[in-house]
Amino acid sequence: MVELVWLIPAFPLLGFLVLLVAGRKLGEPGAGIFATLMMGGSFLSAVAVFAGLVDRNESDRFYELTLFEWIPSGDFSVDVGFLADPLAITMTLFITGIATLIHLYSIGYMHGDANFSKFFLYLNLFAFSMLMLVLGNNLLLTFLGWEGVGTCSYLLISFWFTDEANASAGKKAFVTNRVGDFGFMIAMFLAFFTFGSINYGEMLSGAPGMAAGTATAITLLLFLGAAGKSAQFPLYLWLPDAMAGPTPVSALIHAATMVTSGIYLLTRVNPIIAQANGWAPDIIMWVGLFTALFAASIAVAQKDIKKVLAFSTVSQLGFMFVAVGSGVYVAAIFHMITHAFFKALLFLGAGSVIHGMHDEQDMRRYGALHKVMPVTAFTFIIGWLAIAGVPPFSGFWSKDEILLGAYNENKVAWVLLLVAAVMTAFYMSRLVFMTFFGPARWDAEIDGEVPEHEIHPHESPKTMLLPLVVLAGLAAAGGAMNLPFTHSLKRLEIWLEPSLFGNEQHINVAAGTKWGLAIIAVVGALSGVAGAAWIYLKHKAPASLVEKPIMEAGWGYDTAVSNFMGGSGRKAFDATTRFDETIIDGVVNGAGSVVKESGTLLAKLQTGYVRSSAVGIAGGAVALVVYFLARTSF
Amino acid sequence: MPEVDAAYYLILAAMLFSIGAFGLLVRRNPLVMFMCVELMLNAVNLTFVAFSRDLNDVGGQVNVFFVLVVAAAEVVVGLAIIVAVMRHRPGATADDLSVLRG
Repeated sequence: MVELVWLIPAFPLLGFLVLLVAGRKLGEPGAGIFATLMMGGSFLSAVAVFAGLVDRNESDRFYELTLFEWIPSGDFSVDVGFLADPLAITMTLFITGIATLIHLYSIGYMHGDANFSKFFLYLNLFAFSMLMLVLGNNLLLTFLGWEGVGTCSYLLISFWFTDEANASAGKKAFVTNRVGDFGFMIAMFLAFFTFGSINYGEMLSGAPGMAAGTATAITLLLFLGAAGKSAQFPLYLWLPDAMAGPTPVSALIHAATMVTSGIYLLTRVNPIIAQANGWAPDIIMWVGLFTALFAASIAVAQKDIKKVLAFSTVSQLGFMFVAVGSGVYVAAIFHMITHAFFKALLFLGAGSVIHGMHDEQDMRRYGALHKVMPVTAFTFIIGWLAIAGVPPFSGFWSKDEILLGAYNENKVAWVLLLVAAVMTAFYMSRLVFMTFFGPARWDAEIDGEVPEHEIHPHESPKTMLLPLVVLAGLAAAGGAMNLPFTHSLKRLEIWLEPSLFGNEQHINVAAGTKWGLAIIAVVGALSGVAGAAWIYLKHKAPASLVEKPIMEAGWGYDTAVSNFMGGSGRKAFDATTRFDETIIDGVVNGAGSVVKESGTLLAKLQTGYVRSSAVGIAGGAVALVVYFLARTSF
Repeated sequence: MPEVDAAYYLILAAMLFSIGAFGLLVRRNPLVMFMCVELMLNAVNLTFVAFSRDLNDVGGQVNVFFVLVVAAAEVVVGLAIIVAVMRHRPGATADDLSVLRG
C-alpha cells in the first residue's frame, strides 16, 4: 500500500485543478464540499500508506517512488519522486488530517464571501504544495513545495486585498521569506557540490563522511531558511502581520502546518547536523530559546486575540528549535504534532469567537462568552490547558520532553525555557479569562470608540463546531502517542527511529530528576495560570503591571526594521540599484552597442559593385596561394 | 602519335583562367562578365582532365561533370536575372546593379 504515496498530493492537486476550471460554477457550498472531500481522500491515502509502512520491517521503512526524471542535465539529475519514511508520513498524517478539518470549518466561516470558491482553490493548492514539501525525495522538490506554500501564504494573507493593510501584510510575508529562501538555495548548491546529488537518500547516506566545515555551512544555511519559514528571530516579523488573513488560514498555515516546515527540514537532514561543528546546533538552540522568550513577552501585552495566538506560535516554534538544537528530534516532532492539534484548535476557536462577535478582535470587548458559546468555550479551554502544559493534556507531555532535552544540554537554557513556559501559561490564561469569563464588555468604550452596532454574540454553525470538537479530543489525548514511563510507551520515538539514523541525543538524566523536572514544570504552569487569575479574574493587581507598552509594541523591533528599511537601508538599496543600472546594465548594453557599431562599420565594405567583390575574391585567392606556396617552399 | 605533355594543357588552362578573371574585373557588360566566368570554369575543367589523364585517375573527370552541372544551373539562374534586369533598364551595366545594395 506504500505504493499509493503519489495519491496523497494528487487529491489536492486534482481539487485545485477542478476548482480552477469550474470553481465559480460549483459555487457555495459546492466548491467547499468538493475541496473538503479531496482533502479527506488525501488523508485516507495517507492512512493507507501509514498502514503499509507499519507492515514493513523497521529497516525497510524507507520507500522511494520515482515518478519521472524532472531535470536531466549532465551529472546533475533531479527526479520527481516521493520518499515515504516514518518522518514524512507522520507529517503527512497530521497535515492532511488537520487540513481536512479546517476545510470543513471554512465552509461555515467563509459563508457569504464573494470569493468563496477561490478561497478553497488556494487552500487546496496550499495543501498540495505542503505535501510536496514533505514527501519530495530531494531538496529541489522540497524547495518547490517550500516556495509553493510561500505563494499560497501570500495569496491567502492578502485574500481580502481591497484593504491595504492586508495586501501589504502579504507582501511583508513574501519578502521576509525570501531572505530565508536565499539560505535554502545556497545550502542546496553546497549540498550538490558536496554529494553530487540532492536526493535525500544519497545525501543522508553520504553525510557521515563529510567535512565538518561543509556540514556546518549547510546546517546554518538551512537554518536560515528554516528561520524564515518557521518565523524565528530575526525573521519572525511576517507572522504576526499574517493574521490579516482569514482565521482558518491562520490556523492551517500560520499555526499548524506551514510554519513547521523549518523543523521538518532540519529533522530531515539530521545526519548532516550531526557532522557539523558543535556550535552550529548550539546556535539553533539559542536562537530558538531567545525567540521563545522574546515572543512570549510580546504575547503577554497584546490586545488582539489573534495577535496573542500569533506570538504564541512564534514562541512555541522557538521551543521546537530548542529541541532540534539539543538533538532531541523526537521531542521537536512530538511538540510539532501536539502544537498542531492545540494551536489549530485555539485559532479555530478564536475564529469562532470572532465570527460570533461580528469580526470584533479586541479582547477588551470580550468577556463572559462561555455563556453564549458553550461549545467554543469548552473546546478552547481544552486547548488552553494543553498549551499551558497542564497534565494530562497533550502539550504537557511534549513540552516536558523539550524541557528535559534542554536540561540535558544546558542547565541555563532549561531555566530560561522554563520561564518561557510559565509566560506561555500566563498569557494563554489571560486570553481565556478576558474572552470567556469576567463581566461582558461587548459594547465597551475603548480609546473613545464604541461599536457601531450593538453586538449580540452567538454560537457558530455545526460545520465550525465539529472540527473544534475533534481537535479538542486530539489536543486532550495527543500526548498518548509518546508517554515517557516505559520504553514501549514511547511509540513516536520507536516509530521515528529509522528516520533519525541514531542521531537522537541520549538523555543522561536520572529517573528521579526527571520526575523533579516534570513537577517543577507543572508547578510553573499552574503558577502562570494563577498569576493570570490573580490579575484578570480577581483584579487584585492592575493589568498595567505586566502589560508594558514596549511589550505591546514588540520591543520596537518591527518599527526599527521598518524605519531602517525606509531610511538608511533604503539608501543602500538605491546604491545597489545604481550599481545595477550603471555597471551591470552598462556591460550588457555595451556588448550590444559594440556589435551594432562594428556592424555599421563593416557594412560600408559592401558597396554593391559586383566587380569590387570580384576583386576581393581574386585578391583573397591570390593571398591563399601565396600563403600555401610560402609554407611549402620555405 | 606522340604524347602531348600535360604541362601544355596546364599552361593553356592557366592562360584561359587569367583571361576570364581579367575580363571579369575590367568589363562592365553583365553578359560578357558571365562569359568570362564560364571561361574560368572551363579552364578549371581543362586542368581536371589534364591531371586525370596524367595521373591515370578517373576522379578528375568525375569532378568535371559536377562542374558542368553546376555551371548549367548557374547559367539558368544568371541569365534569367540578366534578362529581367535588361527588361527594366535596357543597357544596364554591372555597376548599375549596385542600386540593389541593402
